[in-house]
Amino acid sequence: MSWKITFLQQIVEADIFVKSTQISSHIELCQIDDSHWQQIAQIAKANQLRWAAGFAVQSGEQFHVHACFERKGAYLLFRTTINGAKPQLPSQATVYAAANRSERHTHDLFGIEFLQHPDSRGWTRHQAWGRHEYPLRHDFPVSGTPAEITPPDTSYHFVEAHGVGVYEIPVGPVHAGIIEPGHFRFQAVGELILNLEERLGYVHKGIEKIAEGRTPEGLAKLAGRVSGDTTVSHTWAACMAMEHAAGLEIPRRAALIRGIFAERERIANHLGDIGAICNDVAFTFAFMQMMRLKELWCRTNYELFGHRFLMDKIVAGGVNIDINDAAGKFMLIEINELRVELAQIIPAIDLSSSLEDRIYTAGYLSPQTAELFGTLGFVGRASGQNFDVRRDAPYAPYENVKVKVPLETQGDIASRFWVRYKEINASLKLIEQFIAQLELLPEGDLLAPWIIPDNGSFGLGIVEGWRGEIITYVEFGRNNVISRFYPRDPSQVNWEPLEKAVLNNIVPDFPVCNKSFNCSYSGSDL
Amino acid sequence: MFDIFKKIVTTGIVTETYKAAYDEELATLGIEIKHRIDKQFSGSLAIRQVDAGSCNGCELEIHALNNPFYDVERFGIHFVASPRHADILLVTGVVSRHMQTALLRTYEATPDPKWVIAMGDCASCGGEFGTSYASCGAVSNVIPVDMTISGCPPTPLVLLKSLLTLMEKEK
Repeated sequence: MSWKITFLQQIVEADIFVKSTQISSHIELCQIDDSHWQQIAQIAKANQLRWAAGFAVQSGEQFHVHACFERKGAYLLFRTTINGAKPQLPSQATVYAAANRSERHTHDLFGIEFLQHPDSRGWTRHQAWGRHEYPLRHDFPVSGTPAEITPPDTSYHFVEAHGVGVYEIPVGPVHAGIIEPGHFRFQAVGELILNLEERLGYVHKGIEKIAEGRTPEGLAKLAGRVSGDTTVSHTWAACMAMEHAAGLEIPRRAALIRGIFAERERIANHLGDIGAICNDVAFTFAFMQMMRLKELWCRTNYELFGHRFLMDKIVAGGVNIDINDAAGKFMLIEINELRVELAQIIPAIDLSSSLEDRIYTAGYLSPQTAELFGTLGFVGRASGQNFDVRRDAPYAPYENVKVKVPLETQGDIASRFWVRYKEINASLKLIEQFIAQLELLPEGDLLAPWIIPDNGSFGLGIVEGWRGEIITYVEFGRNNVISRFYPRDPSQVNWEPLEKAVLNNIVPDFPVCNKSFNCSYSGSDL
Repeated sequence: MFDIFKKIVTTGIVTETYKAAYDEELATLGIEIKHRIDKQFSGSLAIRQVDAGSCNGCELEIHALNNPFYDVERFGIHFVASPRHADILLVTGVVSRHMQTALLRTYEATPDPKWVIAMGDCASCGGEFGTSYASCGAVSNVIPVDMTISGCPPTPLVLLKSLLTLMEKEK
């Protein structure tokens, strides 16, 4: 941890007073004065820390604003307290590009002004509430005061391009395919993309607000619907945060089952998306084969555990379903069958020159750009960002298994394709190890008795979902009730690098570039 | 190329046969539009899917309808790229307030006669998200709904059976 000593030393040298406490094995909470908010970011940047998450919490007349940094698996959660009468804070987005949309989100929902922010436009707010109303403040009723029909947001000022032959393509929010809503604004010349701007927020469902007042059971259910394809990992992160707040240790067996579910979710999504990438370049053979494998995988989930995506199986304190010997054996056989299938399909795909033609060099995200935005998950790992929570800040059950993290620096669609394929293989091995460990433990030990957390206690849950690192903050109020919930889906970070990756590609390649990132709209809009 | 043909041949046809829901199932689906659909759309349904505020879970299952097990197109059901080509709007999710106008415009853009299916618990009754400052709740709060399919998310089998029930001719 030598970097941490240097970092903290530089902070002291800059005359910044830090009150720090270790809140878990990987996370340190650092309270600082608000005037140093930007300076901290500058020192963090100089020390190569990654800006990971930002969020606010209201406490009476005050706001606690948080920024979470990470390096080499150690997390520093900076917190500052500002007055609610005129909440202002120097922006960290001037230093970290990744903080840009997060701060705009916090502004739209809390009314905290980030001074010198490079982008004065709103982000999450369209027209569903007033410009000077802030839904996450305590005096804002959950029902709000919406108009009969919420008008479209026509005031958002997109970047414009002028010149001979330059034209604009507006796409969405309702897209041509079966996908989530969002707006993309292209500037193009001929087929070439000059610029892309994303406008999201269409599926803002008030998740943070409606979480308030829920019980741990209710929050676990809601967290499972932050992003439907990541239901296991989001529920896990929320439950981990709640358990952290309660000071609760879950049974080893429950941790292993969570691990198996999360890896099954990763494999299901990787199988489907590898197929979908091929579909976007009209390679139907690969699409149909991969969708077939995904369907078989989901059917096993349904037969063994009663839900195709394993929704609502993780609960605060553990899990609500066991994996018995027979189920374990069934999964092991299935793993071998999948390996055989992939050994036939993947080489056949690999030999296709037309696929190679479309996915190599397209959608290039350089390692430098990936680092600039703190790009996460397989997108980051295909562009040289060597980070995986399971390996670098391991949590049960990953702390005593070897997690293989595939890494590439090529940064194109092909690279993301191959990283995901390698991750399938790594996940299969993990499931085998977890099942082997399960067999040594007595059946049925699934749930730790719940401890009601103290008023004001909070926790962070950090897990590696299939898209990448998820950071979830949960704070409890009185009587076992949630007072704050903030899930940071990896998509909130990865959407911006996509804008860069499509530059100089042709417009018809946008769908496949987009699919190779496959960011969540729901998990980003909240 | 040889590898591809070999895999196609050895995989064979995995497509399964499905029948429309039995009568008692039909009753639970609460379908009243069937008679009208029979008359005007026998044999073919063009569906435009609209995510009005879903978590993406329902979309995954709609995608599954196109996999080789369900192969929905063999029944004359196909998903179209524009509401202007659609007979049916398949709406998922609660209607977020930010999507309200977009959904209304999509509805208006769909030519008559048209029907709306609210798919999943959120679209049917508000589900986990309900009505709030950010959400209009169930789809029926925004546009008229003719049929609901519950589930979180509904499995492809339930989806397919519901659609087939719509398609099956009155005996």
